Amino acid sequence: MQFESINDFLNMGGYAFYVWLAYGVTFTSLTMLIILSARRKRKVLTEIASKMAREEKLKESRGNKL
Amino acid sequence: MWKWLNSYADPERSYKLAGTLLPWFVCLAIALIGVGTTWGLLFAPMDYQQGDSFRIIYIHVPAASMSMAAYMGMATASFIGIVWQIKAADWAAASIAPIGAVITFIALFTGAAWGKPMWGTWWVWDARLTSELVLLFLYLGVIALYASFEDKVLAARAAGILAIVGVVNIPIIKYSVDWWSSLHQPATIKITEKSTMTGDMLYPLIINIFGFGMMIGAITLVRFRAEVLARNGMRPWVRALATQEVSK
Repeated sequence: MQFESINDFLNMGGYAFYVWLAYGVTFTSLTMLIILSARRKRKVLTEIASKMAREEKLKESRGNKL
Repeated sequence: MWKWLNSYADPERSYKLAGTLLPWFVCLAIALIGVGTTWGLLFAPMDYQQGDSFRIIYIHVPAASMSMAAYMGMATASFIGIVWQIKAADWAAASIAPIGAVITFIALFTGAAWGKPMWGTWWVWDARLTSELVLLFLYLGVIALYASFEDKVLAARAAGILAIVGVVNIPIIKYSVDWWSSLHQPATIKITEKSTMTGDMLYPLIINIFGFGMMIGAITLVRFRAEVLARNGMRPWVRALATQEVSK
């Protein structure tokens, strides 16, 4: 362990602002990327399902006219 | 062998293969980045010149090296897609582009946050930093081109050509610190000779580089699966999945 205490660790030898800024922005942008990527599958499938429902409706109304 | 390889170009098989590989990539990524970052932040010795500010290296170097590796992966996939008309390769390239853009942004941002205390400036227009910024624009260009065509076969071709042409930028980034004088320090990890870094500092860095690689792989697989579904909305197996998803 390189640091004596938690405060010492958080202080990062006086470079706290820069070190935690770099780590914080990295963590935030990666988290956002992961959440957005993980949500895509559900979004795509819901879109396909609603398209299927539209097609089904179209088929029905066409059937009524005949 | 060609036939065996080609069977993986089938959308349903590649979707399932990506699903099988995903948990391995996720576990490895979490384990490696967890160990590498903890080791780097807490246990690696302080740099005698840069103090604790050098600890930014444990995200900066993995992000920067993987931003180039991901680009090569994307360009290779685009090349395969264009030459052999394998659509799954095009989808893989389209899945990597946004991830590469975020990783490149991280490399640039952590570089700036490291440059400010060490060089006294957030940014200089020297070869290394500028070529890395060009890499970000290349990723954004690929994303924009792929998004701007309704016909995704055409979109993948346009984005793929840009991706392949952009490969010239990669050696420029890599060797910029040797070719031009720069504020940026030269590489500390050397493959052919002894690295100019002590082991206690080096091992967590290497672990994190592999961890970032695994993480990019995992996110690529996640995006690839969604892309396969989006491009195959007319197929019965995708429609079955869609019905399942809605009824959940």
